Amino acid sequence: MTTIDESLSEALERPPSAGRRRVDAGDRPRRRVGDVLLHTYTWIVIVWLSLPVVVMIVFSFNNPHGRYNTTWVGFTTKFWSTELFAFQDLTRALLNSIVIAVLSTLITTILGTMIGIALGKYRFRGQGSLNLLLFAAISAPEIVMGASLLSLFATLNTGFGYVTILIAHIMFSLSFVAIVVRARVLTLDPSIEDAARDLGATSWTTFRRVTFPMIFPGILSGALLAFVLSIDDYVVTSFTAGNVTTFPLWIYGVSKLGLPPQADVMGTMIFAAGLIIAGTNALVSARRSR
Amino acid sequence: MSDQHIDPTLLRGLVNRRLGRRNVLRAAGIGATAAGLAACGVKGKATGKPTQAPDQVAKFWAGKVAGTHIDFANWPLYMDPKHPELKKFTEQTGMSVTYKEVINDDAEWFAKIRPQLAAHQSIGYDLMVMTDGVEFQECVELGFYAPLDHSKLTNFAANAAPKYKVESFDKNNVYSAPWASGITGIGYNPKYVKTPPTGMHDLLNPAYRGKVGMMSDTQEIGNFAMMALGITPETSTATDWQKAAQWLTDQRNSGVVRSYYDQDYISHLANGDVWISMSWSGDIFQQNASSGSNLKFVIPSEGGTLWTDNMVIPITAANPVGAMQLIDFFYDPAIAASLAEYINYITPVPAAQAVISADAAAASGDDKAALEMVASSALVFPSASDYAKLHYYRNFKTPAEHQQYQAIFNPIVTS
Amino acid sequence: MTTGRLRARLIPYLTILPGGLWLIVFFVVPMIAMLSLSLQLGDVVHGFQQVWHWQTYTTSISAYRSQIIRSFEYGIASTLLQIIIAYPIAYWIAFRGGSRKSFYLFLLLLPFFVSFVLRTVSWNFILADNGIVLGTLKNLHLLPQGYHILATSTAVVGGLTYNYLPFMILPIYVALERVDPRLVEAAYDLYATRVMAFRKVILPLSIPGIFAGVVITFVPVSSDYVNAHILGGPTSTMIGNVIQNQYLNTQDYPTASALSFVLMAILLIGVFAYARALGTEEALEVAAR
Repeated sequence: MTTIDESLSEALERPPSAGRRRVDAGDRPRRRVGDVLLHTYTWIVIVWLSLPVVVMIVFSFNNPHGRYNTTWVGFTTKFWSTELFAFQDLTRALLNSIVIAVLSTLITTILGTMIGIALGKYRFRGQGSLNLLLFAAISAPEIVMGASLLSLFATLNTGFGYVTILIAHIMFSLSFVAIVVRARVLTLDPSIEDAARDLGATSWTTFRRVTFPMIFPGILSGALLAFVLSIDDYVVTSFTAGNVTTFPLWIYGVSKLGLPPQADVMGTMIFAAGLIIAGTNALVSARRSR
Repeated sequence: MSDQHIDPTLLRGLVNRRLGRRNVLRAAGIGATAAGLAACGVKGKATGKPTQAPDQVAKFWAGKVAGTHIDFANWPLYMDPKHPELKKFTEQTGMSVTYKEVINDDAEWFAKIRPQLAAHQSIGYDLMVMTDGVEFQECVELGFYAPLDHSKLTNFAANAAPKYKVESFDKNNVYSAPWASGITGIGYNPKYVKTPPTGMHDLLNPAYRGKVGMMSDTQEIGNFAMMALGITPETSTATDWQKAAQWLTDQRNSGVVRSYYDQDYISHLANGDVWISMSWSGDIFQQNASSGSNLKFVIPSEGGTLWTDNMVIPITAANPVGAMQLIDFFYDPAIAASLAEYINYITPVPAAQAVISADAAAASGDDKAALEMVASSALVFPSASDYAKLHYYRNFKTPAEHQQYQAIFNPIVTS
Repeated sequence: MTTGRLRARLIPYLTILPGGLWLIVFFVVPMIAMLSLSLQLGDVVHGFQQVWHWQTYTTSISAYRSQIIRSFEYGIASTLLQIIIAYPIAYWIAFRGGSRKSFYLFLLLLPFFVSFVLRTVSWNFILADNGIVLGTLKNLHLLPQGYHILATSTAVVGGLTYNYLPFMILPIYVALERVDPRLVEAAYDLYATRVMAFRKVILPLSIPGIFAGVVITFVPVSSDYVNAHILGGPTSTMIGNVIQNQYLNTQDYPTASALSFVLMAILLIGVFAYARALGTEEALEVAAR
């Protein structure tokens, strides 16, 4: 579903000059060096960000004789095979976390995108207060948010469990999605939407075929942030979980003493799954663009 | 039956002013704000300690029967992950047990359960383990614990060491039964600390500049400083606390302290970031067992702290009868031995020592060595002379005392 | 007013309604309760009573002034570092990423699916005094034997920068990706150098992204407590740790709430001042149609 914008870009790209831009011959060496530097730099940062995960992968092969897993003792693969499901609640906690994170991301992305679009495109009364509310929601310390939610739910006598965790996660992720989407919406050229409307599109069609594709990277980024925030949250979740266990809750206490190797294995598997998803996505889009 | 007569209430209902939309919204808004402001009230108990009268026990347990399931909340590393003891319990009684290691810190746990227990709601657990500290006392004063029915705790009566029946924080075990006890002493790495430390003064040694670990719990460091000054913590006063705080501040200013840690001091001790540290007895044991390190533990000459993690039943437990049976179950010497073999902390059942020795005799190889180590360890079965050196935390008679204590010791760890 | 125009006027209100309502019910209401609590006096056992005790605010600010200031120092340092680190990455992915943009973004975020405590504790392992990094450097005599990174403010700022980096990368990327390469080309056609093209074309267009990034980074970083707790030393306590301590260990709920609101107020004032400095038209409202 190409927009007017993208087809124009494609038209410009088609001339047979080398690369996507018309470049001066004299510029070429300098630009390439700069690009290579940036490329290398990006990979360095990716590696830096993944260092702790490497530690985790390494320690999943550790063989501590007791429960502490902070010093390297010896190599073993037993935690990858026979001993993997020694902790039944760990697997369940992991599943809980993933389910809650997916649901939370879905709902937060929808609600947050709506707010982000409204703030970016329209002027309306209450805009300032909404901004204030969004920033306040990010700035509240987790302990106070968690404790106040706990009191609220206790007063309303709602019981604690999946629903309360989900409510809390959506609450604190909303602002992040809204702010990121708004940043994207602010970069939109309103004349394109005007053009679509001039061509007879209704506002819903305009949104669906013009606006939405243009802000999609913002929505995706917001969704990723919401997912990370949810799957990783400890403080607020611990207050609102009742006796449901999520992955961060399970490992919080023991992580300071070194995760049992099984938990490292699970973490590695999540990471590997993510890598595979990212890799296939890259291959698919590379093939599609050829 | 005249149909001219309309019921007055019906008539009133028919002619009353209908709530317009605006009024409903306004009422909802006011209601919500009022609910919010009311909800923010943290209700306590106007009176102090509830009575320990026998009729309280009878009143609580009247008519309660065992259920089919028990939810047990505990600290991490307090039971073998395969839960062999719980499986035996299920075989014996038919009740299933869900075991969750969700308690990481008494203060955090208390903050979580307080609003629910204060509102008389279930916290989702029938049995939990809390340390004898400020939060324990507060729970007692707030009536959060169910009083135990000792007529049913036969194993406990028979097998618990006498010392654990008269601990100062819960004399006669009205609410709690010990799960495990531990000693706070000094742990050190002989690789870096050449002369074995003997007391608190070693924590001031400038030779260990930047390599001393202290705990961040104010009750732990408060106790240590007081014992270093020869003060008995259980009977200390505010002036004593000031002196202790001064000791700690001097220590901090001298630059020997690297940081004030939670339980993660042990990983820093193991990898050499810290050479000597306030430590818990079982941690040293476990670290050595896990990684083959050679860390050592010593009870300071001035004294050490004895703390107890206790099983308690929340007042809103769904299956308190089952929970109590479970408590009693853990006082069977064979079960207590099985726990001690894993936990490596002090067990309240002295008879477990014989069981562990027997297990050691029957085992072979690495297991044999490990079990023998446990059976003979003074950290799991301290001697009378060891006990003589140990003190409890200071019990606060009023919350104001607690606040005062915190105000004095907090600046040492949070500035 | 025709129904069409009325509906058009209502659209913004309708779109913000679900999310806004959610925040009001689950954020504002509990926060009002906390605000009320901050003005109360009492203790956990006997309950707290509302006495409009405003002094709680003044006493807690003066008692914890150094931690408050330190939190903002760390916040600013970390945010600046993050802008410096994140911008080139966002730039490269947006302009040169091609079809693999989402691949790179996903890779950047992948480590964050693993628990933050685990990540931070792993840094404890990596940066141990005689561990892989420092130990090797010390053996090569490139560092003095007593050198340590952990338990210093450097470690805390490093941890903060590390843990919140995606919050800076994503918004900047999102804004940069929108920049039309033809604008840059046009600049080159007009004899702009690369630096000028960047400064006058790309950078201004990315301002909404930088603003969003700064807001969703600086604010949580300043209220963070985990990094200072795990990586820091006795002199690197942040206000988040104080609030944590006051709430959990001292059970002084009024002080903890008061400090939270002080923190939030300062952050909000800071954010709005920043928006004004950037030019509110660009940061918060729609550019002139």
